[in-house]
Amino acid sequence: MAELAAWLTSLPVGQALRRLNWLAPWLQIIHILANGMILSAVVMIDMRIWGISRSQASVTMARRFQPWIWGALGLLTVSGILLMLYTPRRALSDLAFQVKMTTMGFAIAATIALAWALRSGSRAADGNPDRHPLTTLLATATLVLWVGVTLAGRGRWFVLMMNRIMS
Amino acid sequence: MLKDVLIWLEGTPLAMMMSHGPFGFPALEMIHVTATTFVFGMIAIIDLRLLGLASRGSAVSDLYRDVIPLTWVAFVVAAISGGLLFTTQAVAYSMNFAFRMKFAALALIALNMLAFRLFVYPGIAKWDRAAKLPLAARLAGAISLAGWIAVVSCARWIAYLMI
Repeated sequence: MAELAAWLTSLPVGQALRRLNWLAPWLQIIHILANGMILSAVVMIDMRIWGISRSQASVTMARRFQPWIWGALGLLTVSGILLMLYTPRRALSDLAFQVKMTTMGFAIAATIALAWALRSGSRAADGNPDRHPLTTLLATATLVLWVGVTLAGRGRWFVLMMNRIMS
Repeated sequence: MLKDVLIWLEGTPLAMMMSHGPFGFPALEMIHVTATTFVFGMIAIIDLRLLGLASRGSAVSDLYRDVIPLTWVAFVVAAISGGLLFTTQAVAYSMNFAFRMKFAALALIALNMLAFRLFVYPGIAKWDRAAKLPLAARLAGAISLAGWIAVVSCARWIAYLMI
């Protein structure tokens, strides 16, 4: 990890970013806004699967909002990488960052799995993926994981808790 | 006199506990940012529909019914956590330019929302499923979206401008 951090610190793009200190808050703003779009898109899909919203079929809802998830995830990733390049050593050694990245990996996997489950369920005999327990479970897991990513993004509390538990 | 009130607020047991305790401020900040992020995302769904940029196949009233209740819950969480955060450094926050701009944006959003509900939303039956909405609805969406982007932006800048 130390070698990776050293290599990232030496990159020209990181050095250029550190000369543009004013850019960091704007990257953070883009990062937060993209995070908000992901959360809301996930909630809209999940509300339909849970039966809270009945305005459209789950597959239609997913087809409409999943592009928002992937688009916002692209923005989140680009802004996140640029932010990380400001202080790679601190970012990579930060426990909250590691938890955030791990949680995000699971969140992306759950989102893909949910998309697959909805598509597969729509071709099933009863044509109603909403009632399948797997779909409901994946919908819940997706929301919990993306909320987890958001919380871990402000993870000082989490790091303090872990330090207290481990000391 | 206001400064006296703010100093008193900073000295309350609750404020002291949050600012000096090991977990108060970081935990509240985590909750506040998450709730605000969620509010922005949900409101953006409505605003983009009003602007005709997304969800054009959905009725505005359907989206409203789905989105608004949850958004209010998140807003209340954000307001309570934000209020508690404010007490920890009430004087410094009150003098922070970005903090003042954040509340100016929130006031604009509130007025915009009130105007939309009173003057634009009652006529929804005529344009509920239209792809392109009346100018007043689009304007309300644009002001709301810009307002919430300003809230998030100002909130991020608060820390950079703290004295």
